[in-house]
Amino acid sequence: MKSYRAQRRFSLIMRYILLVILAIVWIFPIIWIVLASFSYNDTGFVSTIIPSKFTLQNYIGIFTSKQFPFMNWILNTTFVSVVSATLSTLVTICVAYVLSRLRFRLRKPFLQIALVLGMFPGFMSMIALYYILKSFNMLNLFGLILVYVGGAGLGFYVAKGFFDTIPMAIDEAAEMDGATEWQTFIHIGLPMSRPIIVYTALMAFIGPWIDFIFSGIILSSSGNAKNYTIAYGLYNMVHATKGTSTQYFTQFIAGCVIIAIPITVLFIIMQKFYVNGITAGADKG
Amino acid sequence: MFKRKSRRPKSATYKEVWQRGNLATKLSFIFMGLAQLKHKQWVKGLAFLITEIVFLIWFVFSGVSALSMLTSLGSIKSKRVVYDSTQGVYITKMPDNSVVILLFGVLAVILVLAMIGLYIANLRSVRKLYVLERDGKHVPTNGEDLAALLDRKLYATLLAVPIIGVVAFTVLPTIYMISMAFTNYDSKHPIGFSWTGFAAFKNVLSGDLAGTFFPVLGWTLVWAVCATATTFFFGVLLAMLIESKGIKHKGFWRTIFIIVYAVPQFISLLMMAQFLDLQGPLNTLLMNWGWISHPINFISASANPMVARITVIIVNMWIGVPVSMLVSTAIIQNLPQDQIEAARIDGANSFQIFRSITFPQILFVMAPALIQQFIGNINNFNVIYLLTGGYPMNNNYNGAGDTDLLVTWLYNLVFGQTQRYNASAVLGILIFIISATVSLIAYRRTNAFKEG
Repeated sequence: MKSYRAQRRFSLIMRYILLVILAIVWIFPIIWIVLASFSYNDTGFVSTIIPSKFTLQNYIGIFTSKQFPFMNWILNTTFVSVVSATLSTLVTICVAYVLSRLRFRLRKPFLQIALVLGMFPGFMSMIALYYILKSFNMLNLFGLILVYVGGAGLGFYVAKGFFDTIPMAIDEAAEMDGATEWQTFIHIGLPMSRPIIVYTALMAFIGPWIDFIFSGIILSSSGNAKNYTIAYGLYNMVHATKGTSTQYFTQFIAGCVIIAIPITVLFIIMQKFYVNGITAGADKG
Repeated sequence: MFKRKSRRPKSATYKEVWQRGNLATKLSFIFMGLAQLKHKQWVKGLAFLITEIVFLIWFVFSGVSALSMLTSLGSIKSKRVVYDSTQGVYITKMPDNSVVILLFGVLAVILVLAMIGLYIANLRSVRKLYVLERDGKHVPTNGEDLAALLDRKLYATLLAVPIIGVVAFTVLPTIYMISMAFTNYDSKHPIGFSWTGFAAFKNVLSGDLAGTFFPVLGWTLVWAVCATATTFFFGVLLAMLIESKGIKHKGFWRTIFIIVYAVPQFISLLMMAQFLDLQGPLNTLLMNWGWISHPINFISASANPMVARITVIIVNMWIGVPVSMLVSTAIIQNLPQDQIEAARIDGANSFQIFRSITFPQILFVMAPALIQQFIGNINNFNVIYLLTGGYPMNNNYNGAGDTDLLVTWLYNLVFGQTQRYNASAVLGILIFIISATVSLIAYRRTNAFKEG
């Protein structure tokens, strides 16, 4: 009996050691990013693990930089993400509710078309979107919002999966009691879907903070750094200035750390929804 | 709910409606909305009529020209100087902008199709009115029609705005790009281009791009298989490790791994590229420890292709294993324990239980999600673009590097120096065909698996 316990103890210790090693390997680059943001450096890259000299200068620099209007980027991104999160959530929830709870003639075709459209790589539409927005003189933040909201109609899978789990009997009971479908939607559907509304809104809110591709294509043509959103601004900071002004690299890292913290926290809070999303989204019906 | 069904009247054919209908009904076949107006359905009738008038005005003044230009994509293909006899001077004629012509042509086609759809809706409505009148039933009033929009037709109300958005920002661009694959839109024809049929497809599949396409396609598939399999397998193992008996603070351990995934990818991957640089901290560290004597060239322009590809797959594990761990944790917690208990009583060891019971069960539940991940990896732009940018360069390739996937190559063809827009559209269509085929086969097989 004693040997059995010793064996289990040994196994537990080995598992803990393995877990600690893995955790260190995984988190190590992230810690290095945070450390690098405090390093005093103007060579354009950071080659040490622990900075030889700590400084807050990078954080002060990114907020006061004239060339890279960081505050403008934050304000722009906040504006875009608040508006687009509000509208996208409305659109996504409406589509998901309709496709999950209501029955009508074109429901199946709509689902099939959505599935087919989803299989085209998103990049294909970029040139077209650029010209559409250009011909309406919309290569600005509003155009960007339109692109995000316009795409929201096809991002209904997670929310639809959620609505599918609510028993239809509830809707039928409401119908028996004489409720119109609108009343069912407002008084029964929406109150019950609070968690999925929060999830959809947060996901739509995060989108503009991490998208550097679409925002780059739409906003870059103005050439004015004050119009950028944060993701493209930061991305542009390392790419456009490569070689000439490498002293900004550590400021770039500082800027990244500033926006990565809230997004990371939001994501960790939402991880449970995210799991449901993956498993529910898999069942496209 | 039973009332509604019994109230549905016997239908009529359009022929009957045309022959027996009154004048307003007959005229409705040409002037939409007249029958509705006759029955005092002002809102519906006016909506139909005004839409038709607006459409016809648009069609005459710009729709016809947009559609007719679509056939040639503009008559002047390149900049040239012509003699203008009326003014007696030479003038420079700029080429027609085929991009805009194509865009508005596609838009015109969509509008015409929408109008045809509306016309059919009008005919249905007219037929319904005819049947109601024939049978002496109550014709819905304006108020009732509007109320139905919040009741039986709620779907139409809620879907109207999203559908407009999807058509404008997804359908229109997609059709536009598909048609671009059949033109010669490239750096030689940057403004005025024309229809060339399947020439661009031929170029990619057997022409000058074939030498890049097939190797890149091969690597894309290898990458998608490796990336999906490694993240899934190690994700399951990690989840089982954290979920195993005796480990405390499971939430804390999970969060540590999830942080890596939660950091925006353009930050974590750009920094990872820096971390793996020839002079980056990883090489410095390994040299200080004395494990290597020369810095390893992981991902830069002159790296060994094999090293770079393996590095990309490993870095992808760094990003992807945490998600896969989260999902499999949820599944492991819901696995039925009785089979595992039974196996343990029969004397199976942990490895046997994992191989024969736990892993197959997780695989079964995750199969649809894995197919999605596989397709997601075929289109995994971020990891390649941010980490290696397609490097190391391959001189045998046209505009692509050794780690480039089809989708990053597509991006290079559009935004790089080669500017082969038609080839990029062809690639997009081919990627679509691959994704559709894979998911069709996979869904079929998993469904058969479930039923059998």
